[in-house]
Amino acid sequence: MSSGLLYAATGCVIFALGLGGVMLLDHLLRRILAFNLMGSGAFLVLVGLAQRDGTPDPVPQAMVLTGIVVAVAATALALTLARRWHALTGRDEIGAAGKQRGPDD
Amino acid sequence: MTDTFFVPLVWLILLPLLWATLAFMRGPDRGGRLAIAGLAAQLALASVLAGDIAVHGPRNHVVGGWPEPLGIALVADGLSAVMLLLTQGVTLVLAIYARSYFKPGASPWFWPLAGFLVAGMNALFLSGDLFNLYVTLELVGLAAVGLVAAGGTAEQIAAALRYLLATLVGSGAYLFGVALLYGSYGTVSASLLGELVGNDAPLAVWLAGGLMLGGLLLKTALFPLHFWLPPAHGGAPAPVSALLSALVVKASFFLILRLWLGPFASLAPQIAWLPALLGASAILWGSWMAIKTDRLKMLVAYSTVAQIGYLFLIFPLLGSGKLALQAGVLHVVAHGLAKAAMFIAAGTLIKISGNERVLGVTGTADRLPVTVFAFALAGVSLMGLPPSGGFLAKWLLISTALAQGQVWIAGVAIGGGLLAAVYVFRVLRLAFRFSTAGDTIPPARPAAQLEWTAFALAAASIALGLFAMPVVSLLEGVAP
Repeated sequence: MSSGLLYAATGCVIFALGLGGVMLLDHLLRRILAFNLMGSGAFLVLVGLAQRDGTPDPVPQAMVLTGIVVAVAATALALTLARRWHALTGRDEIGAAGKQRGPDD
Repeated sequence: MTDTFFVPLVWLILLPLLWATLAFMRGPDRGGRLAIAGLAAQLALASVLAGDIAVHGPRNHVVGGWPEPLGIALVADGLSAVMLLLTQGVTLVLAIYARSYFKPGASPWFWPLAGFLVAGMNALFLSGDLFNLYVTLELVGLAAVGLVAAGGTAEQIAAALRYLLATLVGSGAYLFGVALLYGSYGTVSASLLGELVGNDAPLAVWLAGGLMLGGLLLKTALFPLHFWLPPAHGGAPAPVSALLSALVVKASFFLILRLWLGPFASLAPQIAWLPALLGASAILWGSWMAIKTDRLKMLVAYSTVAQIGYLFLIFPLLGSGKLALQAGVLHVVAHGLAKAAMFIAAGTLIKISGNERVLGVTGTADRLPVTVFAFALAGVSLMGLPPSGGFLAKWLLISTALAQGQVWIAGVAIGGGLLAAVYVFRVLRLAFRFSTAGDTIPPARPAAQLEWTAFALAAASIALGLFAMPVVSLLEGVAP
């Protein structure tokens, strides 16, 4: 197994862990971290798989840089919302997706 | 278009960024007039572009003269032109509505966020490679989440958080798919991938296709991945709900359609039954929830869940001829116009009656005839009664399904229309009933902009049924 493939396989595992985390965890901070884990997994696959014959390919590196910027922005927004939610209600989870209903339905 | 400065493709993305930034710099609650001027200019640009595409075929532009893969390639074909026209048109009317809907301080950052949202959507409709599509997808998602949260109540924050996590998982899965595709083929250009991906594609490509489809279905809120939509769309202020329901879910649908017809054209037909089956379930479940719910905006939001289902019924029919594609895109346009009208009509009804329950509309036909009429016209298009745009879309869908022997699709489409009639008449019946509380409520008249914008959108969704030929002819040049 080449080192590129090893990175890609690790990326797959990390992505799956992150995906599971976002969907299964309750605590908002953990879910936000899990989302970042998902992103890291995808970046690892992007850079790992693209290494043909040992020479790195610059295009996926540029993509990963862009992806990191996007992930930082998304994380900042998520953290801001989580802080506001905590300030308003004192809670740090919003319930499993789909289970919580509005106040009157 | 020899002039390199006047390229509509570029200005359609730059203009909203420009007015959004200016609105942000001018401070809270400012920038409405700027936005309306910008949107009017964008609508003109989109019309010029559509005319250009109708005559000369698809347009390309390489941003800054940098070639791919480092540069950004913009591509516009008939499908992009239809989506661009719909987006600029609906947003322009919604902006006029929003200017009189929001009281100062109610949603101070609406204008910048709306501008970033429109810029993201326009960029999405124009992007020619899968990675830039990922970036635009995130731009749209983040701006939309911001709009949901901008009201600041606990309920809205919770809806925004749930929406954000769903949308991030969706685009994360999409990005993972892009990574696998790049690893397999060394390119993310949509047109190149279309030629490279064949029936003998390796497992990684199937996995990529599955992840991208799954992620985008989550963002489009197809049943059973719709859980985030009703609280987000039902809880946001009316102009925001209208933007999200009419346009934002269509952006990810557009991307699914692009991938389906482009890079994955040779793999997709083998799983076409899956989106259709989910679509049929969405129609039944969404309609049922809309019939049951007791809040007016939730009713309209669940109606969106149901109407999204129709968009996915076309997938098994896409293989032969253009009729299925035309049916799908006409439904996107008809639903976009009708749902925007319905959400802002519902917003006006709630604002005036001060009651967000369905029961709150009791007796409003007397006091708000134009708004109730707009709601009814939008309902006509959702039910698919002639001569509305919704009718034309459904008629095309049903006749294509029957021609190909897919009787069940025709059955679901007809049944869904009947269910839509139930929830639309549930509201209208109450609106025309004599209100016992009528004497106690002061007869407040809403601003004309609130009533007539909803009417204009609803009338447009009806008129689409009569004047659909330009839309259909724009789609002539689109694959397959």
